[in-house]
Amino acid sequence: MTEGTAAANPVLPDTKAKPARRHTLPWKTRWLGVAFIAVLLVMWEMAVATGTISSLSVPRMSEILVTWWRLILSGELLRELGDSLWRMFVGYFFGVSLGVLLGLLMGYFRLFYNLLEPVTEVLRPIPSPAYLPIVILFLGIDDEMKIFMIAFASLFPVLINTYSGVRSVDPIQLQTARTFGVAGRKLVWQVVLPAASPYIFTGMRVSLAVALIVMVISEMVAASSGIGYFILSAQRGFKIREMFAGVLTLAVVGYVLNRLFVAIENRVLAWHYGYTQQLRN
Amino acid sequence: MTGPSRPFLRIRGLRKKFVAAGGTTVALDGIDLDIVRGSFVSIVGPSGCGKSTLLQIIAGLVDATSGAVFLDDCSVEGPPPSVLYVFQQYTRSLFPWKTVERNVAYGLENRETLSRASIAARTREIIGLVKLTGFERYYPWQLSGGMQQRVAIARALACRPEVLLMDEPFSAVDALTRAGLQELLRSLWRELGLTVIFVTHDVDEGVYLSTRVVALTRAPGTVAADLPVELPHPRDQIATRSLPQYLDYRAQLLAQLFADEGLVATEVA
Repeated sequence: MTEGTAAANPVLPDTKAKPARRHTLPWKTRWLGVAFIAVLLVMWEMAVATGTISSLSVPRMSEILVTWWRLILSGELLRELGDSLWRMFVGYFFGVSLGVLLGLLMGYFRLFYNLLEPVTEVLRPIPSPAYLPIVILFLGIDDEMKIFMIAFASLFPVLINTYSGVRSVDPIQLQTARTFGVAGRKLVWQVVLPAASPYIFTGMRVSLAVALIVMVISEMVAASSGIGYFILSAQRGFKIREMFAGVLTLAVVGYVLNRLFVAIENRVLAWHYGYTQQLRN
Repeated sequence: MTGPSRPFLRIRGLRKKFVAAGGTTVALDGIDLDIVRGSFVSIVGPSGCGKSTLLQIIAGLVDATSGAVFLDDCSVEGPPPSVLYVFQQYTRSLFPWKTVERNVAYGLENRETLSRASIAARTREIIGLVKLTGFERYYPWQLSGGMQQRVAIARALACRPEVLLMDEPFSAVDALTRAGLQELLRSLWRELGLTVIFVTHDVDEGVYLSTRVVALTRAPGTVAADLPVELPHPRDQIATRSLPQYLDYRAQLLAQLFADEGLVATEVA
């Protein structure tokens, strides 16, 4: 993804602040941290093998990995994961879209701000598990409930950041557009949205983490599929290795999603990093 | 384009009051100006005298409290298509998410129903005119201050405006860059038959560039001096600035501004 950015701007090789990767000693790079994870896993393995930790509640790491691999090969884990990710992305998509829309309206029209700010501030602090039972009453325990939960929880970080972004658009940029006769919806598309996009991305990144959490919680409370359901039912059936394999899957998924997000963000907001750097100089 | 002497921008009894918590400030107090087509008018004055406000009212960005601006006998109620504005803060006026060529094409894409090809052609042409060929794919923030201001000028000129309003456009760049931008602006003004209204706090810059210099008093701003500048064209940074007439215009204006500030008591002949 980062390489793709460089290729898109062939005339500007010097602007990407990252220097070409040279041979650096491994303990001066992120490989140090990767090695640390490996050490922790080996310590885990040893602690269980030597009986320091009871193997009843914590299996050996090697056993977990073997189970994990078996579950992947059988397709079981991927099926659960697919159900979960589908819910998460649909919910996230609706939450982000509505958050951007409401944030724009609130930032752009004082009326919408006065109308929606209080209700936002009342609903936002409620931890999502607290209203989960209410949502079940209305939407049941199927996908609709989970998608709603995820969308609702993803909404607020995006809404608040979009609002801040719209409020902080440089008035000179708006005036510039006005001198070219640009106003109304065109102004929003051409100036307000791009200028607020760094804020919107910040909100989207927070919402992504929130969406993952709410996905797991809602699947643990009521579901017949999904990774949250898988973890909880493994625990209830004393399939401890499967349970750990499910958690491991979430670690990997969370990591990959975040890396993917950062890669997209770096590409879309490349101008923003360059611009703010110039302002600082 | 008609003859260069028809007054086509008329400013009548312009007043602007700003009401704030601390009280009311009168920024402009009765400005009357007739500006002929093709002239280069500089507006000089102390900072805070309302010269930027005057420019924003002419641009239709700010409403006057009373009085009116007429462009070709039409009252200016919003940004007129034939008038474009170049801001002092080029870093904030250029869109940082657009490349140089996208910035320059911005006005064209929004204003005129031109084909993609003719927009590209005109963009290329105007980028050449401000001597930025080769930098089309750069982002503004990758360029020096002088180059960025040239992008902003190109973006305005791409729409072929009749009037170019410039608010201290060269005040944020170093002296050599400023001289280069002044030459570029003068040649564009002459080539394209523009009418330029140029706000500056620098009397020398005003005299050197203009066919007429208007000095405003400190707020409430009124016209303190209105001086036609009859220096020969083409002008030269060294030769023109050494002419006795140049020094005379400069002295007259400075004397006026200094007198307003209470800085000198003696009359300058």
